[in-house]
Amino acid sequence: MKVAVLKGGRSLERGVSLRSGARVEDALERLGHEALALDVGGELVARLIAERPDVAFVAMHGPGGEDGTAQELLEILGIPFTGPGVAACARCMDKVLAKHALREAGIPTPDWFAFNETAFRELGAADAFSEMEERLGFPLVVKPSRGGSALGVKFAAGWFEVPEALISAFSYDDRVLLERFAEGRELAVSVLGDEPLPVVEAIPADGDRYDFEARYEIGRTTFACPAELTDAEAAAVTEAALGAYRALGCAGFARVDLILGEDGPQVLEVNAIPGLTDTSLLPQAAEAAGMSFEQLVERILDLALKPANA
Amino acid sequence: MSEPPQPPHRRRAHTRTRDLERYAGLFAERTGGMRSSAMRDLMAVTARPEVISLAGGLPDTSTFPPQSFAAQMTRIAQESAAAALQYGPTEGFEETKDCILQVMGAEGMLPDPDDVIVTTGGQQAIDLICKTLVDPGDVVICEAPTYPGAVPVFCSYQADVVQVECDADGMRIEELEAVLEKLAAEGRRPKFVYSVPSFQNPAGVTMSFERRRRLVELARLHEILVVEDNPYGLLRYGGEPLPPLYQLDGGDYVLYVGTFSKILSPGIRLGWAVAPPPVMEKIVLGKQASDLCTSTLTQYFVREYFAEGKWRQYIEDLVEIYRRRRDVMLESLREHFPAQATWTEPEGGLFVWATLPEYIDTGDLLAKALRDDVAFVPGQAAYVDDRGRNSMRLNFSGVNEDEIREGIRRIGNVIAEQVDLYGALTGDHTQPATDPHMAEAEGRSHGRNIDSSKPSAGPDRNLIPSGPAEGRADQAESPPDQGGHVLPFRKTGETSS
Repeated sequence: MKVAVLKGGRSLERGVSLRSGARVEDALERLGHEALALDVGGELVARLIAERPDVAFVAMHGPGGEDGTAQELLEILGIPFTGPGVAACARCMDKVLAKHALREAGIPTPDWFAFNETAFRELGAADAFSEMEERLGFPLVVKPSRGGSALGVKFAAGWFEVPEALISAFSYDDRVLLERFAEGRELAVSVLGDEPLPVVEAIPADGDRYDFEARYEIGRTTFACPAELTDAEAAAVTEAALGAYRALGCAGFARVDLILGEDGPQVLEVNAIPGLTDTSLLPQAAEAAGMSFEQLVERILDLALKPANA
Repeated sequence: MSEPPQPPHRRRAHTRTRDLERYAGLFAERTGGMRSSAMRDLMAVTARPEVISLAGGLPDTSTFPPQSFAAQMTRIAQESAAAALQYGPTEGFEETKDCILQVMGAEGMLPDPDDVIVTTGGQQAIDLICKTLVDPGDVVICEAPTYPGAVPVFCSYQADVVQVECDADGMRIEELEAVLEKLAAEGRRPKFVYSVPSFQNPAGVTMSFERRRRLVELARLHEILVVEDNPYGLLRYGGEPLPPLYQLDGGDYVLYVGTFSKILSPGIRLGWAVAPPPVMEKIVLGKQASDLCTSTLTQYFVREYFAEGKWRQYIEDLVEIYRRRRDVMLESLREHFPAQATWTEPEGGLFVWATLPEYIDTGDLLAKALRDDVAFVPGQAAYVDDRGRNSMRLNFSGVNEDEIREGIRRIGNVIAEQVDLYGALTGDHTQPATDPHMAEAEGRSHGRNIDSSKPSAGPDRNLIPSGPAEGRADQAESPPDQGGHVLPFRKTGETSS
């Protein structure tokens, strides 16, 4: 089978995507498939038309590849592709859209307010800071709405730190959210097809936050997989994760990030195309479920090719 | 005749989690100090061809005449192929040292050739010096900001790095004295003070004669070593040459690091270290363990190149090109950067260091700038701690004048947007900076510290590093009309030559 691996692109997570893509290509070759590596750029559509792959493995992260753009093109060309469809990608990529969908579906997610730059530049949104404080409290988290790998995410201990955090977040996207800080254990549930994989817990070394460096640097974070959870906790976490996956319309695979606090799990976000690097969580979860990386890749391809009976 | 069959190109099998853990369990403790960063991933994006990168530190090797390169390599092939392809002495060839003495002589230094070792770039010289002198936990003092490439070397030897602030006259020696006294009181003796005294990377500043003299005195007084890293000394575009620390000291307490990278080619990887005999003995043993000897082939190349007798002319050509590029960058900064920004005006070297209001994190700003296809080095790379987050290093040697103008214009625009947004967030609209031209004109005349009216700042937050009220002694030379823009590095009265 000829599999186009879409990777790279212009997103800030280009480096991560190239690593994910390279691993997928290796696995495809070992599985006996023909891997066609495509560093996504201006010739993408022309290459896809010329090469006519049987299926596309989308290993792109961040805007451009994870937001439905590449998926839309693949749909137009009639090429089946891995992971969630156009609408689900668009919802997952945009944390604000995702949180609205989660809340409507009754899935717990931390309180938030979202703004675009216009609200601050032209409508004086900053005058509402004290009302926001009442609802969200401190510390709060400021995030770009569309961004990945924790880039541009800042914590504000008091409201004097909010303008600076907003300026950082607005460097990545023209819409940002202020979110209540959810305290608890950092968990990730990867979903494959419609099946949850074992829960992974990220335990940052020396009290660090699970930031960009911690995510991709070997040895900076330890992972527990499966996470040590009581049966009740595991059930609540899995239920919230599956609920989020369905609420956003995901198919194929996705990774749901949650915080498990005293009041139970809260969903932070859903990653439509989770990382597949050496330190990424989805491969670890699959391994804990007894699947090799090759088996994981094969299963993801199956789900792309026969979504109905998957 | 048919090609022999090529073995299939195959990458290693997938590393499993348990493999990662197994490897991680074997890592030496020093790897804990070796860190990658988000910045490194952002830098992967700067490699796109459409990006104007002011992030590099590259000399412009396109100015090197290809005919000259071809002639030298041909001569080596015809006359010394066997020797040039053979191992060489660990210390380097005497002929290479002759070339090094010529370069150092051009700045007034006359070391004993036996005190010189040829290294694989200046970077290896720094590494070997650390290997010789630094035990885990030892104190190494350097400038703040310091050469970003030195930080990982210090960290990999698990040094305790102490950074001493710089201003327009280089490292603040009074602060160094205070640090030395404090360390002495704790019973700790720093192993060395690392400094790039001329046209510093990244700040572009040059240590004044008085401070150079004082630094050498302090080294003798406290019996500590100074490592003088001088890659750019001959790339001076204005002002009077200053004696290197090595010359002032005579080579007792000052170790010297030099390189051909900026005056000839970084690709040949040729640098050197100069140290007194007892230190050199250990450095040579360290080098032997690292790589036996520096590339013989490129040492032959340098020998041939110097024999041609045009090396000084080539440096003069580079100086002409880089001076124009520096002037274009400074001119563009004045035109396109908002009034809240300040920058250094280097008399030589490759870099300008710009400082923005403290609410702008240049790491995040880089993400925004990359959307406009322009890149710089965020200042944090030059610090071991959290400082430098609102500064950036801008290179003017590796890009042409049009690209410098356009690059600075784009960066100026993204900064202006953030300054404007800050105004909207804090109600501080005193310096509208959406139009950088306006901002410059207004800012200069109002000259007020924008932070003074910031309602959100707590009393303990000193967001803007300057203001007339703070009155740093060494800023007294600045003319009064600069008002709030008297910032640490700015040499205001200076004109570009």
